[in-house]
Amino acid sequence: MKHFAELFTALDRTTKTNAKTAALAAYFREAAEDDRLWTIALLSGRRPKRTVTATRMAEWAAERAGLPMWLFKESYHVVGDLAETIALILPEPTRTSERSLSEWIADIRALQTAEEPEKRRLVEAGWDALGGAERFVFNKLITGGFRVGVSQKLMTRALAQATEIDEAELAHRLMGDWSPETTSYRALIVEHDPTADLSRPYPFCLAHQVEPGPEVLGAPDEWLAEWKWDGIRGQLILREGTHHLWSRGEELMTDRFPEFARASDFLPDGTVLDGEILAWDHAANQPMRFNALQKRIGRKTVPKKLLQEAPAILYAYDLLEHGGEDVRALPLSERRERLDALLRDLPPEAPVIRSEGIAFDTWDGLRDLREGSRARMAEGMMLKRLTSPYHVGRKRGDWWKWKIDPLTIDAVMVYAQAGHGRRANLFTDFTFAVWKGNELVPFTKAYSGLTDAEFRKITAWVRRNTLAKFGPVRQVPAEQVFEIGFEGIQESPRHKSGVALRFPRMLRWRDDKPVQEANTHADLLEMLRLYG
Amino acid sequence: MVLEFRDEGLYCPAGDFWVDPWRPVDRALVTHGHADHSYAGHRSYMATHAALPVMRHRLGDIRTDGVAFGETRVIGGATVSFHPAGHVPGSAQIRIEVGGEVWVVSGDYKTGPDKLSEPWEPVRCHAFITECTFGLPVFAWESEAELERQVNEWWASCAADGRFAVVGAYSLGKAQRLMTMVDPSIGPILTHGAVENTNAVLRAQGVALPDTVRVTRETDLKANAGGLVIAPPSALAGGWIKKFGNCSTGIASGWMALRGVRRRRAADRGFVISDHADWLGLNDAIAATGAERIFATHGYTSTFHRWLRDKGYDAHVVSTEYGDDQLETEDAEAEDA
Repeated sequence: MKHFAELFTALDRTTKTNAKTAALAAYFREAAEDDRLWTIALLSGRRPKRTVTATRMAEWAAERAGLPMWLFKESYHVVGDLAETIALILPEPTRTSERSLSEWIADIRALQTAEEPEKRRLVEAGWDALGGAERFVFNKLITGGFRVGVSQKLMTRALAQATEIDEAELAHRLMGDWSPETTSYRALIVEHDPTADLSRPYPFCLAHQVEPGPEVLGAPDEWLAEWKWDGIRGQLILREGTHHLWSRGEELMTDRFPEFARASDFLPDGTVLDGEILAWDHAANQPMRFNALQKRIGRKTVPKKLLQEAPAILYAYDLLEHGGEDVRALPLSERRERLDALLRDLPPEAPVIRSEGIAFDTWDGLRDLREGSRARMAEGMMLKRLTSPYHVGRKRGDWWKWKIDPLTIDAVMVYAQAGHGRRANLFTDFTFAVWKGNELVPFTKAYSGLTDAEFRKITAWVRRNTLAKFGPVRQVPAEQVFEIGFEGIQESPRHKSGVALRFPRMLRWRDDKPVQEANTHADLLEMLRLYG
Repeated sequence: MVLEFRDEGLYCPAGDFWVDPWRPVDRALVTHGHADHSYAGHRSYMATHAALPVMRHRLGDIRTDGVAFGETRVIGGATVSFHPAGHVPGSAQIRIEVGGEVWVVSGDYKTGPDKLSEPWEPVRCHAFITECTFGLPVFAWESEAELERQVNEWWASCAADGRFAVVGAYSLGKAQRLMTMVDPSIGPILTHGAVENTNAVLRAQGVALPDTVRVTRETDLKANAGGLVIAPPSALAGGWIKKFGNCSTGIASGWMALRGVRRRRAADRGFVISDHADWLGLNDAIAATGAERIFATHGYTSTFHRWLRDKGYDAHVVSTEYGDDQLETEDAEAEDA
């Protein structure tokens, strides 16, 4: 465990990509194969099954530290992380342990069928033998969710350096439905044959925002432009009579979207499509609002009524596998031709729709069309170089997003609340209001968008200007105006203001703006009428 | 009541004086020179001899009355004395006795000893007014020896690579404590102007500090490569630090105990070095005073107050304008320096 904890500390300490890659590569060279495999798994979000509940962990830790539960909870609220809170409050360990990461994990996994006293014995043995970062890591193994600022890409690069296997090839090997319980380091990394696994997806190609505009990309005729819809990125895999649907976060969504079971009626085996899952209005032949799709997110089984109200389709824009062959290296123009041929004559009941390119001659012409994004319920455009292969991950140059600017409103801060975790000692969570006559009507909360320096400044102001405290919430005088940006607005009878915003965040602190000049509730309702 | 809690600060009616007031008053008794306890604008300041030079340096031409630790003064109907708080050099707890009833104002304090400040001493009292900046059980400091080991190891490894080790620490107290912690044989110690100005004041009053090099435009940085640079935390975020090239950065603060805060500050290393008491320190200090009435002023007051109530103390929360968030106020202040 010591070795892994040292790696964790090294990764946690630095924000520099090179230092992280070097630390990981060194670890991958030195660690035992079982530990390597578990490390890859943990850093790609595959954690051991939870065998002890968070509640029990908290109770046992509080008892061991001699603290009442309410005080444990208060501490947890400030720290923001259960594993860390437990690691901090416990007394120093009394022993040391040489057990490895995978040995501890094996113990934790073995608790699945154990009785509670046995679980507690193991957890306390861990607390007794592990201190500092090791104890934190041990708790994390049980409670889950390692976040060390290591992306899958960075981990893959380090693994490529350590193994001298091609990075893109490794990225593909690491995709899909494996876990250390079902494979070994050797089978997954060294000897792996990706085609052996029917469900294995390809790594997604991702895009950066084009700044300041597409003029920097050169000649327009080298580019494909498409509408960018607000749905769920998905990869549909049809192989040997089976179908699998993956999200960008490598989550298998096959069961959540039963519509795609029919895809193999319309498309040949050995086909893999990349596209956007959208709730589709078949009558109007356009996507529904995002909140239609939202109702389906997170539902493992879908009632019939919802299937009818919000039917999902894949808006397909790329072809990754064709006739059982990986075609990612072909130029986009060629992949699109093949995609067209596959999708051109599909009947309307097919759950796959072809993404149409936008016809344009000049960037200015395209810019004019982009103005109409919101009316089409698009969030902007995608620009893709026609000669480009399908890249692995976020690679600059060939795929660009060109999103429209957010909607904005100037609002008055009325309540502030301290953050937790990374922001434990700052006021970062604010409630904003707009004018309705002489009254301020709260309409949204926002947490992000300011710099650390601005958060410190506003924190000092909140401390000095608190009018009243309601638990952790502080009421402040109506003096500070912020420009709030958001992606969408919809009617919401649950809120006093009657509206709910999508992705609200602070764009600017308008300390130049008198509070009387903030926007009004009528302005908000007008936005709802236009864009809701 | 020996002390009343008023809008201007803590007031002693029997002696007609104030303790660490935040609005201008006639007579202020001041625990220590940090800006949130030692405000400008009072007609007179009473503090320990060791605390006054920094206060004069910061507040300019003020009317002062210096006292020695343990020296007794009678002010009106009150008897007062100053006792070491272990926070920064000269920092004091103020003991006030009126008609046989004893109250102690802790100011900021740290119970663990270091090599810089006069070590904290418990003072028996009936009522104790305590800070609780780190009044949660997640805050538990390591020994001074262990902290020294961590800082020296980091500096030595930077020095071996010829890189500067730049550490952010508040310019009064923390910066000098670091100087007394590190092993000067590793390399030269360089200081930001705000730190060096305080060094000069402390050296003049007889505080022993290792040799330091003030960083100016003319400083030959090549000749000092691998040195330890001590600067206010805000200097690490600005352009000032660029001159040290590919340096390693560290922050010394109790808040570094929290991974989230450590990550937000985005320094390479977070050293959990505080000049406040940790959870155990606060609890031990309160027990050692023998006080039954406890007033929690700044920090996690509501949590700490409930904890004390549950333990049978007559505990209260008092609203003050002392910074309950040292890391952030340090920054605000260092930006002025």
